[in-house]
Amino acid sequence: MATINVAGKDIEVDEEGYLVNRADWNEEVAKIMAKGDNCDLTDSHWEVINFLREYYEEYQIAPAVRVLTKAIGKKLGADKGNSKYLYELFPYGPAKQACKYAGLPKPTGCV
Amino acid sequence: MANFETPPLTEFMEVPPVIPGTMEHSSPYIAKPEIQAPLAYPGQLVENWEQKAVFKLGELVKSNRALQVFLDTCVKCGACTDKCHYYLGTSDPKNMPVARQDLLRSVYRRYYTLAGKLFPKLVGARDMTKSVLDEWYSYFHQCSQCRRCSVYCPYGIDTAEVSMAAREIMDSVGQGQKYCNEIIGKVFKIGNNLGLPEPALVNTLEGLEEDVKEATGVDVKFPVDVKGADVLLITPSADFFAEPHIDGLIGYAKVFHQAGISWTLSSYASEAANFSMFIGSRHNLKKQAMRIREAALELGVKRIVVGECGHAWRVAYSFWNTLVGPFDFLDRNYPVPQHICEFTYDLIQKDALRFDKEANDDKVVTFHDSCNVARASRMGNMPGGQFVIPRAVIKASVNKFVDMAPDTIGEATFCCGGGGGLLTDDLLELRVKGSLPRMQALKQVVDEHGVTHVAAICAICKAQFSKILPYYKFPMDMIQSVHGLVSNAIRLDRKEI
Repeated sequence: MATINVAGKDIEVDEEGYLVNRADWNEEVAKIMAKGDNCDLTDSHWEVINFLREYYEEYQIAPAVRVLTKAIGKKLGADKGNSKYLYELFPYGPAKQACKYAGLPKPTGCV
Repeated sequence: MANFETPPLTEFMEVPPVIPGTMEHSSPYIAKPEIQAPLAYPGQLVENWEQKAVFKLGELVKSNRALQVFLDTCVKCGACTDKCHYYLGTSDPKNMPVARQDLLRSVYRRYYTLAGKLFPKLVGARDMTKSVLDEWYSYFHQCSQCRRCSVYCPYGIDTAEVSMAAREIMDSVGQGQKYCNEIIGKVFKIGNNLGLPEPALVNTLEGLEEDVKEATGVDVKFPVDVKGADVLLITPSADFFAEPHIDGLIGYAKVFHQAGISWTLSSYASEAANFSMFIGSRHNLKKQAMRIREAALELGVKRIVVGECGHAWRVAYSFWNTLVGPFDFLDRNYPVPQHICEFTYDLIQKDALRFDKEANDDKVVTFHDSCNVARASRMGNMPGGQFVIPRAVIKASVNKFVDMAPDTIGEATFCCGGGGGLLTDDLLELRVKGSLPRMQALKQVVDEHGVTHVAAICAICKAQFSKILPYYKFPMDMIQSVHGLVSNAIRLDRKEI
């Protein structure tokens, strides 16, 4: 089983780098994962990550891309409520890359 | 992730020279025991798996006459060799359909033909070994089961059937593919590929009602679990989640609204896709499809309409009746099942819908025929309806439509590169390279006719295009849902129906 080292502790991840146990998540985990992708997490990234975690807490699934863009648009202004903005933040795709940093499972299916 | 180069787009598609072994490293993640369990497959390679695999092959050949004919009849004429998009995009000769079939055929010959039992080397017969299994696992996950090769085979040999059989054999001895099998497990547990639970579904749909109201001023509903509705809509769960899929869902809702036909989604059967077909698993195929029958009975609907999903339409159109039928409880005045394009087309024919095509005047649109719709089903009551009807729906919604080259559309359509259970990041190299012929045809209409958008009626195609278009320097949002175009143009009455 693959692991990532966060503050001296080995944390289990799956083949694609997603957390195996959601409870292992903390902000440090997100930073280490992002670093692995050469991505520095800014406040804008955290807005998305935190929204994903809140939504998941309530619904046990990541939000639809449209739900996410709408929420970000409301919070940060209409110019940021679109997938272009999210893809700039998360070039591997907001749903997958942001879910990974947020410690959530990868969305599956035809997405 | 392996580094690879995107193949260049040239002036026209050339058949590449053979380069053996270029894709032998490509292999998807293997399913863990907890992913195998809900599908009733062993968690890992079982003891004596070689004998068990051979036995399973014998069982499949005995129960599936077509498979036996496909394994027995190939005369190595070579007609299929340049027809597979994965061969054209990778140059790997094992991606020639005949070579792919031979991976399984060689084992079949060894154990089930006299010549193969007596003189294996003379007839290309091979023992079932670990290296054969590894090769199967790699190359049967480089077939999107698109059936293009079968169109050109003089005997009609269907490589998809061979690839499904191989995957079923591997699953039955404990080597399954993570991507497909995890998804099938989610359907059993939650009702859809995404694992979208009912409260999240309801929340998403409420959000869409707000959005449409805001954009149009009209109260278009997205109902769930409404008993007594006329129509049950079965659509891929990507329609609730991804772009541009969700625009298609909004389009369906507007069509239902405007037609004044009551409809509902089901939170229990919230998935049209049936990935059990990709892994050739009849018992799981049936178990998945049964949810739809149960939901239709529970909700007491009169009709079932299927949303934009390629292989789901094959399962619905070609298999539902024998798998989970009869559907004698539905209204026989309508096709059982009916495709959403057929549904919209009929309303257009009756003059029941009005369109402002100018809403799509920023687009020059082409249509990508999805393989399972094109080659494994029909639509409407005319031959070739599956090609005519979606195009008619598009043309009703847009002013500027152009088809791609004739040998890349219709029955000859090229796969998007992500079908058949290969739409996963661990196969990204294959997906990018395999989309080459489609991208080539697209480039031609972009260059010659200024095409700006490509529309599709399959959730896999849409997700695949979104991912791979940028590799070929096309914008990601070039891909559209057919009913997304409908949604832009359909005229909505402001008064409540």
